[in-house]
Amino acid sequence: MDWVLAVSICQAAVTAGTPILFAALGEILAERAGVLNLGVEGMMLVGAVSGFLVTVRTGSPWLGLLGALVAGGLMALIHAALCVGLRANQVVSGLALTLFGTGLSGYLGKPVIGVPAPSTFRTVEVPVLADIPFLGPVVFGHDYLVYISYLLVPALWFFLYRTRPGLHMRAVGENPAAADAMGINVGWTRYIYTVAGGVLAGAGGAYLSLAYAPTWLENMTAGRGWIAVALVIFAGWNPLVALAGSYLFGGVDALGLRIQAVGTVVPSFFLSMLPYIFTILVLLVSTRGGRRLGAPGALGLAYDREGH
Amino acid sequence: MAGDILVEMRGISKRFPGVLANDRVSLSVRAGEVHALLGENGAGKTTLMSILSGLYRPDGGEILVEGRPVVFRSPRDAIRAGIGMVHQHFRLVEPFTVAENVTLGLDRPRFALHLAAVEQEVARLGDRHGLKVDPRAQIWQLSVGEQQRVEILKMLYRGARVLIMDEPTAVLTPQEARDLFTVLRQMAAAGRAVVFISHKLQEVMEVADRITVLRAGRNVATLEKAATSARELARLMVGREVSVSYQRTRQAGQEVLLCLEGVEAMGDRGFLALRGLSLRVHAGEIVGVAGVSGNGQRELAEVISGLRPTLRGSIRVGDTEVTGCHPARLIACGLSLVPEDRLGTGLVPTLTVCDNAILKCYRHPPVSRGPFLRRGEIRRRTRVLVEEFAVKVPGLDAPVRKLSGGNLQRLLLAREISARPRVMVAVHPTRGLDVGATAGVHRLLLEQRDEGAAILLISEDLDEILALSDRVVVLYEGRIVGEMPAAQASREEIGLMMAGIELPKDAGGGGQA
Amino acid sequence: MRLRLERRLDVPTALVWATPVVSVALALLAGALFLALTGSNPAEVYGMMLRGAFGSRYGTTETFVKAIPLMLCGLGVGVAFRMLLWNIGAEGQLYMGAFAATWVCLSFPEWPAYLLLPAMLAAGMLFGGLWALLPALPRAYLKANEVITTLMLNYVAILWVSYLVHGPWRDPAGLNFPLSPPFPRTAWLPTFPGTRVHVGLVMAIVAAAVLSVLLWRTRWGYEVRVIGESPRAARYAGMNVERNILLVMLLSGALAGLAGACEVSGVVHRLQHQISPGYGYSAIIVAWLSRLNPWAILVVAVLFGGLLVGGYAVQLAGIPAAVAYMLQGAILFFVLGGEFLTRYRIRLVVPGEVAPERRAAGAAGSGSAPGAGDAVAPARNGRAGDFGGN
Repeated sequence: MDWVLAVSICQAAVTAGTPILFAALGEILAERAGVLNLGVEGMMLVGAVSGFLVTVRTGSPWLGLLGALVAGGLMALIHAALCVGLRANQVVSGLALTLFGTGLSGYLGKPVIGVPAPSTFRTVEVPVLADIPFLGPVVFGHDYLVYISYLLVPALWFFLYRTRPGLHMRAVGENPAAADAMGINVGWTRYIYTVAGGVLAGAGGAYLSLAYAPTWLENMTAGRGWIAVALVIFAGWNPLVALAGSYLFGGVDALGLRIQAVGTVVPSFFLSMLPYIFTILVLLVSTRGGRRLGAPGALGLAYDREGH
Repeated sequence: MAGDILVEMRGISKRFPGVLANDRVSLSVRAGEVHALLGENGAGKTTLMSILSGLYRPDGGEILVEGRPVVFRSPRDAIRAGIGMVHQHFRLVEPFTVAENVTLGLDRPRFALHLAAVEQEVARLGDRHGLKVDPRAQIWQLSVGEQQRVEILKMLYRGARVLIMDEPTAVLTPQEARDLFTVLRQMAAAGRAVVFISHKLQEVMEVADRITVLRAGRNVATLEKAATSARELARLMVGREVSVSYQRTRQAGQEVLLCLEGVEAMGDRGFLALRGLSLRVHAGEIVGVAGVSGNGQRELAEVISGLRPTLRGSIRVGDTEVTGCHPARLIACGLSLVPEDRLGTGLVPTLTVCDNAILKCYRHPPVSRGPFLRRGEIRRRTRVLVEEFAVKVPGLDAPVRKLSGGNLQRLLLAREISARPRVMVAVHPTRGLDVGATAGVHRLLLEQRDEGAAILLISEDLDEILALSDRVVVLYEGRIVGEMPAAQASREEIGLMMAGIELPKDAGGGGQA
Repeated sequence: MRLRLERRLDVPTALVWATPVVSVALALLAGALFLALTGSNPAEVYGMMLRGAFGSRYGTTETFVKAIPLMLCGLGVGVAFRMLLWNIGAEGQLYMGAFAATWVCLSFPEWPAYLLLPAMLAAGMLFGGLWALLPALPRAYLKANEVITTLMLNYVAILWVSYLVHGPWRDPAGLNFPLSPPFPRTAWLPTFPGTRVHVGLVMAIVAAAVLSVLLWRTRWGYEVRVIGESPRAARYAGMNVERNILLVMLLSGALAGLAGACEVSGVVHRLQHQISPGYGYSAIIVAWLSRLNPWAILVVAVLFGGLLVGGYAVQLAGIPAAVAYMLQGAILFFVLGGEFLTRYRIRLVVPGEVAPERRAAGAAGSGSAPGAGDAVAPARNGRAGDFGGN
């Protein structure tokens, strides 16, 4: 294992971790407001295909990104309407969203399978900082989307813990009855953050089809949406921990690809299993007797003021 | 003392599916008064105040604040109009600090939180009104009394002129309640109005200036305290004279059927909830456990019935050591629990009356044969049970959630009693029931005792405990701190012990039978 | 005048069964609108799907071929859901069942059919069950969320089968395709004469019958129903909740594993890397649409089998088969939305007027009725699963 390989694996860990990070940050928003959205996989897929289609049409990856954000947000809006508006079961609705997203993205993306992206997010090295040994290429040798995700993490943390809207949103997720009694609109709050979560999942999808791959393949998320859901639990609903977690998952992914490239095909299947097994282990470790530390008190529960 | 009318409710009606909770109720509240809203459980007191605080919308009637009609679409509107409510179940976000809870829902400052400023203001308000609490403490670290102060502070911080308190003393010791009354009187003296919801005559007579009595969703009367008496209020509240006294038919036996020694157990929060508790109940005896809720009542019931692990100490039912036994084994030993949570623990809401009736006996013949259930036998047994205990059910195949509270409890007791338990643990057996249903439940418990069962009665209603028990023990912070025969018990002494104050003279002798 | 929502106390039976039907119709309508907007002719697409699925003898029998794994997985998922165990892992359990059946077949190819077939099916059920037991253990004893664990294990199982057919089990005569060697005739499940419909259909019907007897006529089924509705009541009654979680998941996985074994032994006659087009996921919708009723699951599975076959049919016209999944998702959305109407009543309220319904609770002496009680607790949707650690 030489230095160059280590640098390239770490760099790849950041790249592979970024789509998961976007999606996990989005899911943190939704879950902090009390809405469990298991449709991340579907939202990412629809984000990825929309981003790719818009880019193919317009030639601009930025417009593509915008398209992905809108598409992810619209997908989440379905979930919000069902679970917040109509108080449907959040687990089943999330599964429906994933299924629907898988079908929809397959349908929409059929004409562009294998088409190369006309334009993608390319690596933009940060001047000066990119020349730092090791840290330079690993942290500062990426595209704009990665830099955006860097900024998003502390911004979200600040929003959650240091601002009034963040306080209100956490209150809605912890104890909607208390928030309601203090005049916070529980329904709207949940709508807004569920949709915001979808927008971020869309960004994660766009990263896959416009920077990571960059192309469209059916089911190209390959379970990353589900990893993001697990990562939120792993991170204890904290954006800062989610950052570290994403790169850890990205690292496992990157390592698998490297070994696949070097060695034979056979063990690559086992390496591909690693992120999934790792997710399970993380879940087991962070569960500890049922009381997941930091889980929003009302996560997954519909709120009904006059209900009984 | 009687100031201007701050709030007026006229002809308020509110209907819930199947129930008319408020039927053209009117109420006026003046500045500078403590106005009690008196009524039985289910009389519609809380519904009326939830409408005034913007939580519910009325189906009819109007609300006037200082003479101007208002429409509250949410609690926020009510708070803006100066009306704040402290709910019986606190609306506090547990992992948040006091200051965070106080500032929740406000819209200034708009974005960044300036918690230091809020903390200062909370401390200042607390000092001024005698509501001391650490603004940086997280809610779950506070005692129930302190949490209530936070709720009041929340409203004062918003400049509430009308403060609604929903059954505020249910969770307090008599001494804490007295402190609260002082605070409320001070606030009234400063020109605010306090609406005080209660079903306890004594405290209403103690703290209120005027009293409005609700019965079955309608207002019966509004009276000046000076012009009425507890007896008149009682008559107005229930619609007939009530006297509560029960006669013993025979002496308690000598056989100890339930015996706890040095029991320790964890609470849900990971702290020790029972700290070396010892207790005995004899055959044919009711032992009442008095105490402010949250001092280990739930844990005590759960430990005895095997739903919570025992850390240390031993539990015996009759001569059988049952410490750490599975609930199924305890049921087989003749132990019966009437749980606090009737619908959800004691009964399964969506299952039928028949299915619920066999919850404890489905394992054994004749209800089952081998792995199969015998449906005919189950129906027959359930029909007998329902008839014998006069449970009103829409049908044997109706889900039990359609039953009223009183009938739920009758069905639950019918099932438990028909198993002829040797030991019964009853937790808040009459909470939420009306007078008639309460009397029925009491009669069933007394019959059980006369049959020779040992009954542990856990209740937060001191009157109920004094009326039914042969002996009273006081639970405080997971320990029995006092014990006395019910005939010699005084409310005053029990009240002091409930607050954890050791009595100077030897009143109980350390909690051993 | 305004609209108001009220929780229903009483749900009319007709409504319970009408909502899914109307919901499916609306979902198809919405799908048509979408197809029209994206430039396809909805009538043509639906017509093609319908003809493909039920229009010919071949299509109809193919529909049943697809319906069999949906039935078996749906029954498995349904029994788990009844206990509020969100087993999303039927797909992986199916793959493990297929793997185990293949393993037996490749290990003992010389066995006669009467030994080999039962052994393959039993192995499939065993491995499917064990694969479900894996997430059931932490769920029972650590309360670890089974949604994530069952789902992650799907990927592991699929990769495991991929590894086998790419590596050790690759058919030397298979031109480098990821396929296992074909099974001997003795390992083929019997089919109905002249069709590809195999006896797995009979097994599914038997399974549905056994499940309904289990659930409604036995002590164990009673425990499952009580635990599913209220785990607290179950503990209170002395039921062993943990053991039942394990048993139900074992049964659930075994049914999915049987589906996998039937697929390799009854349909493809070898192991290949995409043995299931997502039967395990579609089965979740089948179970939910059927309200977890075993007999209804059989019927709905046939309809969904038709949707899949119809999806393949439109592919010939250049429209992606993914349409079928999209429609499945849309159907589930509408069903979820429709359930709202069975739980709530929407009522027009005219201010000032109050319907002269029952008087408040106290008057009748019937105790505290819902709504009039003093506690105003937030509604907690009990079926929403146990996130947040209860």
